[in-house]
Amino acid sequence: MRLTQGTFSFLPDLTDDQIRAQIEYCLEQGWAMSIEYTDDPHPRNTYWEMHGNPMFDLHDAAGVMVELVDARATFPRHYIKVNAFDSTKGIESLRLSFIVHRPDPEPGFTLERHEVEGRHIRYTVRSYATDRPQGERYP
Amino acid sequence: MVSISLPWRMESQHERTADRYRAGVLKYAQMGYWDPDYEPKETDILALFRITPQDGVDPQEAAAAVAGESSTATWTVVWTDRLTAADVYRAKAYKVEPVPNSTEQYFASIAYDIDLFEPGSIANLTASIIGNVFGFKPLKALRLEDMRFPVAYVKTFDGPPTGIVVERERLDKFGRPLLGATTKPKLGLSGRNYGRVVYEALKGGLDFTKDDENINSQPFMHWRDRFGFVMEAVNRASAASGEVKGHYLNVTGATMEDVYERAEFAKELGSVVVMIDLVIGYTAIQSISKWARRNDMLLHLHRAGASTYTRQKNHGISFRVIAKWMRLAGVDHIHAGTVVGKLEGDPNTIRGFYNILREPYNPADLELGLHFDQDWAGMRKVMPVASGGIHAGQMHQLLTYLGDDVVLQFGGGTIGHPMGIQAGAIANRVALEAMVLARNEGRDIWNEGPDILAAAARTCQPLMAALDTWGEVTFDYTSTDTPDYVPTPTPA
Repeated sequence: MRLTQGTFSFLPDLTDDQIRAQIEYCLEQGWAMSIEYTDDPHPRNTYWEMHGNPMFDLHDAAGVMVELVDARATFPRHYIKVNAFDSTKGIESLRLSFIVHRPDPEPGFTLERHEVEGRHIRYTVRSYATDRPQGERYP
Repeated sequence: MVSISLPWRMESQHERTADRYRAGVLKYAQMGYWDPDYEPKETDILALFRITPQDGVDPQEAAAAVAGESSTATWTVVWTDRLTAADVYRAKAYKVEPVPNSTEQYFASIAYDIDLFEPGSIANLTASIIGNVFGFKPLKALRLEDMRFPVAYVKTFDGPPTGIVVERERLDKFGRPLLGATTKPKLGLSGRNYGRVVYEALKGGLDFTKDDENINSQPFMHWRDRFGFVMEAVNRASAASGEVKGHYLNVTGATMEDVYERAEFAKELGSVVVMIDLVIGYTAIQSISKWARRNDMLLHLHRAGASTYTRQKNHGISFRVIAKWMRLAGVDHIHAGTVVGKLEGDPNTIRGFYNILREPYNPADLELGLHFDQDWAGMRKVMPVASGGIHAGQMHQLLTYLGDDVVLQFGGGTIGHPMGIQAGAIANRVALEAMVLARNEGRDIWNEGPDILAAAARTCQPLMAALDTWGEVTFDYTSTDTPDYVPTPTPA
């Protein structure tokens, strides 16, 4: 199962040159880059772990790539994404976010159905990976 | 000298006031509704009307009549005006200009005191501004072109319950247009079959699917059936992709009680979004907007019926005014045109609509049809929805014209795909992501768009099939609703 969160997940995995080009575009817009990783890719897991603070003062794509190489080396079996943050008033949110590294294989999710009153069903999406403790989720 | 002239002047003013209120019929201009020296106050509500006076009717008198009939006036003098601060409450037509390239139409600018309106009520605002005046005999036709709302009035509305920024944060989707599709056929599917279309489209890669405007609760599919099957589909697709997905459940019903009942059920089932039709009316829209705000729900508005009064340039209401009213009333999504699709849409006019919905401040820009500066005073932004006759082969045009903050809805362009609905959705998502990637890399997508799509299709059979099927389909008709101040560009 391929997790399709993030902007370019329907394309073949981006090469480092392609990733760098996207980071350059973000930096040109004045956005701050950050790198996050997780082994709990639930669609509502908003808070992936931060690989350091957002790099507000780093304006060079090469520097971001160094951080990315470090993140990949440290967390080879996690999902890693690159975010671009825009502090413009009225936005103050992410402007681009895309996955740049993923575990292999990706076990995906199960949909649990809790049959309650009548024909009512309550749904829970659960990641197969989170059955195991943090750090042991992707072999 | 002073002691003689002052009482004389005062007496004369008294006589003039007495004359003004003598029983009988006066021209509206003489009643005080035409004041070319009036300087609009910062707190005034301003309206720009396109007026077509009957033959022989003076344009200034026609403008004064519009000001009068949309504020305090009736056809004859009434002495009871004198029990009020009538000079303040009278709307003032302060400018009349001929419409460029027209012999019989005029733009009339009218200022209204803010206290003529109930705070936070679109129903009251519209009952004044468009309540009576559009059937007025001395005018052949009348169109409300634009309005300016002062910050003091904007702040009396809640605005969108969610807004573009929070919608993206809830969905965890950034940096690209969202993708949607309307379930087809519009009518006749059972709940079970309907949910199948939803599942296939969402699993394939769309972010949203949608009820159509006239899907409510018909004999072939009652609303509870639809909601249940649709939410099964939404949750299955979410588990299959790891993404937040949604379906605009249309909660439009015959009564407000029905609307609330349907919305509550959608919430119970875990839907992230509900939908209403414009035809439920302004009061109902504001009610469900407040409900959506209380219940963390995205509110999608389908502008059903709008073209009956927005499309023709000589009479009705411009959609830019509807867009402003709906941002105030508080919806999160509104259909606002595609430029390139099957429905009416001049590029500059549509850009004007999008700016109204998405920008924190709109400077006046006649080329876009924006006649006034409009400060939105921090009000949340509405996500425009582009729907109707668009397909993957137009992705470079859609991205160029409409930008990132938009929902691109490919109904036929998903469900009609020769390899199936999932393949249709994949084709759209791949085309979109390939185009965003290329644009961010600095490529000239307007000119290289077809090459970028062809390259992406080499590793994506569904996109290849979509381009083969629809690549050449265009809807190239002349727009009727165009700005008056520039030569009109046509879509490529």
